[in-house]
Amino acid sequence: MGLFSIIASAFAGGTILLFGMLGGIFTERSGVMNLAIEGYMLLGATISYKIAAATGNPWIGLLAGIAAAALLGVLHALICVTLKADQVVSGLAINFVGTGVSMVLGANLSNLIGQVNLLPTVAFPALQKIPTIGEPLYIITKQNIMVYIGLALIPIANWYLFKTRPGMHLRAIGENPEAADAMGVNVNGLRYLYTIIGAALAGIGGVSISTAIYPGWFSELTTNGKGWICVGLVIFAQWNPIRGALGAYFFGLLSRVIIDIKLPRMLLGMNNPFFFVPNLTYFLEMAPYIFTLVVMVIGANQARRKRIGAPAALGQPYSRGQRGK
Amino acid sequence: MENNASFTPPKRNIFPYRIQIEERSDEAPKWLSPALTLAALLVAFFITGILISAVGGDALYTFSKMWKAAFGTWFALSDSLTKAIPLIFCGIACAVAFHMKIWNIGAEGQFFLGAFGSSLIVLAPVVPAESSPWVFIPLMMISGMIFGAIWGIIPGFLKAKLGLNEIISTLMMNYIAVAWNNFFLFGQWSYQGFQMSEKFPQNALLLRLSDIAKTYSIKSLQGMALHLGIIFAIITAIVIYLIIYKSKWGYEIKLTGDNAKAANYAGINIVRNTVLVMALSGAVAGLAGAVEISGVVKRFQGSISPGYGYTGVIIAWLSKLNPLLTIPVSVFFGGLIIAGREIQPSGIPKMMQGIILVSLIAFDFFLNYRLQFVRISESAAE
Amino acid sequence: MTEADPFVVEMKGITKKFPGLTANDSVNFSLRKGEIHALLGENGAGKSTLMNILAGLYRPNAGEVFVHGKPVDFKSPKDAISEGIGMIHQHFMLVPTQTVTENILLGLDEPKFIMNLKKYDQIIQKLGKENNLQVDPSAYIWQLSVGEQQRIEILKMLYRGCDILIMDEPTAVLAPQEIEVLFETLRAMTRSGKSIIFISHKLNEILEIADKVTVLRHGKVTAADILTKSITKEELAALMVGREVLFSINKKTCRKGEEVLSIKDVYAENDKQLPALNGISLQVCAGEIVGIAGVAGNGQRELAEVISGLRKVTSGSIWSRNLDLTRAPVRKGIDEGIGHIPEDRHHVGTAPNLSVTDNIIMKNYNHEPISTKWKLSRKAAQKYAEEMKKEYDIIVPTVDTPVRLLSGGNLQRVILAREISNMKSLLIAVQPTRGLDVGAIEGIQKMLLLQREAGAGILLISEELEELVNLSDRIYVIYEGRIMGEVSNGDIRKIGLMMTGTKLEDIPELSEVVNGAEN
Repeated sequence: MGLFSIIASAFAGGTILLFGMLGGIFTERSGVMNLAIEGYMLLGATISYKIAAATGNPWIGLLAGIAAAALLGVLHALICVTLKADQVVSGLAINFVGTGVSMVLGANLSNLIGQVNLLPTVAFPALQKIPTIGEPLYIITKQNIMVYIGLALIPIANWYLFKTRPGMHLRAIGENPEAADAMGVNVNGLRYLYTIIGAALAGIGGVSISTAIYPGWFSELTTNGKGWICVGLVIFAQWNPIRGALGAYFFGLLSRVIIDIKLPRMLLGMNNPFFFVPNLTYFLEMAPYIFTLVVMVIGANQARRKRIGAPAALGQPYSRGQRGK
Repeated sequence: MENNASFTPPKRNIFPYRIQIEERSDEAPKWLSPALTLAALLVAFFITGILISAVGGDALYTFSKMWKAAFGTWFALSDSLTKAIPLIFCGIACAVAFHMKIWNIGAEGQFFLGAFGSSLIVLAPVVPAESSPWVFIPLMMISGMIFGAIWGIIPGFLKAKLGLNEIISTLMMNYIAVAWNNFFLFGQWSYQGFQMSEKFPQNALLLRLSDIAKTYSIKSLQGMALHLGIIFAIITAIVIYLIIYKSKWGYEIKLTGDNAKAANYAGINIVRNTVLVMALSGAVAGLAGAVEISGVVKRFQGSISPGYGYTGVIIAWLSKLNPLLTIPVSVFFGGLIIAGREIQPSGIPKMMQGIILVSLIAFDFFLNYRLQFVRISESAAE
Repeated sequence: MTEADPFVVEMKGITKKFPGLTANDSVNFSLRKGEIHALLGENGAGKSTLMNILAGLYRPNAGEVFVHGKPVDFKSPKDAISEGIGMIHQHFMLVPTQTVTENILLGLDEPKFIMNLKKYDQIIQKLGKENNLQVDPSAYIWQLSVGEQQRIEILKMLYRGCDILIMDEPTAVLAPQEIEVLFETLRAMTRSGKSIIFISHKLNEILEIADKVTVLRHGKVTAADILTKSITKEELAALMVGREVLFSINKKTCRKGEEVLSIKDVYAENDKQLPALNGISLQVCAGEIVGIAGVAGNGQRELAEVISGLRKVTSGSIWSRNLDLTRAPVRKGIDEGIGHIPEDRHHVGTAPNLSVTDNIIMKNYNHEPISTKWKLSRKAAQKYAEEMKKEYDIIVPTVDTPVRLLSGGNLQRVILAREISNMKSLLIAVQPTRGLDVGAIEGIQKMLLLQREAGAGILLISEELEELVNLSDRIYVIYEGRIMGEVSNGDIRKIGLMMTGTKLEDIPELSEVVNGAEN
């Protein structure tokens, strides 16, 4: 049944990336670059774990994690929208702040492993009664509640973006803010909103790490670059939630396979090199990062061919009545 | 026109002015930029102080303790300067790339590969262990630069040829670099199963103040860790300064950075320059790793950087991308890192770095915009 | 339209200040129901600013606005639209990645949350039919032609119930025949009781379409509510610029020399990898100005770019004298002395944050005396820039000023100084006078003629027909990346027909009809 537990953990691992990726899509669709996902995630992970430990209630931890990340998002929005600073540099700076604040506030959290109440896991024991497919289904569906929330969020995000009025406005302010402004859409207000929503979503990704799927707090290694992989996924996704979700789950699968591949003695009928020379797994550890690069190359090339690219106004601050362009 | 019959009570304003934001139509005065940097630093300290107080610390006490730990004694100063050396290199590495608006966030990985490259000379071994320092040191530095440059060229090439966002690719290269080094660290070059190599021969190490103290028996320099790398760093800063501000290539870099389309129109080969600038940036960051291994660590090992490469981003920005200014700024940040060892919680310096950068870019707003106080009565009908 | 019709818009004492500039200075303007009222003025006279205030985009520093006799204070375009005022901007305010329907519904409160696009597609189709503005509601904006996009802008305002339309230079992007269609639509709308403000700096158009005209100069009204029936073109021009304008330029006869540019059967793609040039052949000789006429977006930009090496050709050949430039790098053309005044002076022609000096040396920074070996001499560059500043009358405090602070005319002078001083035989000028005021335009046109007399071959790509006819010795007309034909007598009728896709050989000769455009 190893295969099914691999699939199960692919969903679990992918969920974290899913939240961060959706956060990236929502912020960037509005025209604001979101390079701060790593910072939001780590802060969300830290705060939720800390609050869950302090109150004993992981749900309060979840809310606190979201709030903390959102607050950091306000700072990013302030710099990018109101102060019209370079959004790339702002994203980097927000990452530093998120990491630094997490380091300060998380000082003693690593001692708490195993003592914190976590967000619940959902399982359907009834499934086991079904012959043959019952057991695999049970294994795959035994997931943390965040996995289900993430799954539910994919169609909701897609529907919101493409089938609702606010979603249309969101796309418009990222493509042509002048047009949206002229029609009475509050461009900068909405950019604030979606920068904060994006931060909150990335924060949920962080919460899903520390207080749900991979419980515990291990300073910067808690996120270990997952936020940056999300930034890459957003590009691969071509700012489309469904495409991004597929990418996220695939990455979840990949990172699980890397762990499992060194276990069997034999691999594809050969001696498994990773079993005999465990050091080679350091090359396997590179795989997600190398894969992010590959995925971005694919995404960029396809986008160029199909004329769908980044939101046209991505990275450009908007102010009404700019003279002489 | 008919008069509105309803009576509206006169709005009373406590503050009879309205703040209006206006884009500057002229050049900002010369003093403004340094003044804003200073103001940003003050604000950053202020915010950090508030945060320290908020988690129950004494801000003023923490700051004074940090100052003492960083610059309070000659030993502390020597330590801070030693920490400043890799920071200068990383700051320069970032500054070079940022001049062309290439966001090289990969100085960290290039630093790691530089450390690997220099260690390769000793551990492969490329030259015998009893070689003279005149063989070891230049070879180690060059090898470090080459490996750092390779780590820069890869994302540079991906950007120039395939249009790949360099922020993400350089970051991914950082994680790959750590895994790369770990492979050699845990396997090939492990010393008795420890996660480090054996100590390098004396001839492969950079001269330190403590070595001078030993040779000439100068008591006051005993035990000081400051090494020859500081000279390398200063020379690098001067060379890169000349390249950026006084050379033809520097003009091309700046022109491309300000407007790549205009540079293309002026006949500048952007693809080639992107790769070259990333190679130079990576080489300088690689040199940082080589110098750090040879001057401080004395062997190949893991966790040799508390994020020098990332701090380089802030240093470059704080120095306004001027390589010469990275020197004083790096000394300041070196002190901050040294101070971080003394104070609790240990994350404070990292948090301060973030707050300083945020406050810097926020204050840059005033370079391009100005605030005007407009009397409400004069302004448009409310 | 009669004097008895009520005022629908009155603007009184409008003043609007921008940093370092008063765009409107106590301007009064009024519009009656059912009239087409033109707002005339040079670029930068304050027409667009005034109308942006009426449309709610800007707020005035002083003055009052009345709509249907009621005082209003618009805080946003939404407020203006709710009073029935809609503005159609020069650059269309459309989201290219969304459909026609989505664009029309943008910013409305209805539908509230869930979009039922099918239902609204039908409503919009019906509205289009009623107003003779046929569109496909489910098409994406990027699939539409410029004329169709303009129709959507008008529909957008009609959908919102606007009965006062502001049209900002609506004809700038249209071919002569499309302009006729637009004018028909506008006349029909006034018949159904709508009022239209028509912003333009083209005198012929104003006399043709408008009932009344108000003239702005340097932010002030120089003449208000003049009936177009009672004024001549020359009088209007004098009101607009404050002095007599020469409608023809003294041009010496052309002394044609050797061929400096020869393009044979060139094909190339645009940025979206669609065919942009489809077998272009043309020649430019020394000592002549060759014009390229055409509606925007028919391959003009790509043509200039393939010649200067900025764009790859897929097939064909480009020669300058004995030099093959077909696949040459940009640098080769520069070193050969081919000057290029690009269409976009802000995003291509200059680096905004660099100094005047750095921008002026862009093409010769790698030659002596400015640079030797690896070193670039600041001093030599400075000296060169000072010379250029004097010779080309660039008005800046110092040559260290970043060029983003320069006015459009001065910026163009920086580019001209650089291109002409490095040019040896061929100059490609794309829209060299666009967006400049009359004084600057004259200066630049004179400079081009001077280069022609000095023996340079000039390829002039422009959308201003008047400028093309005045300056050029021959004019090629480009349409969808093909040359439709060549005229050397400035026959506007033929040019117009070719601009809309008729080949020269298919145009019947007219023996009796007098050409209206040739005054």
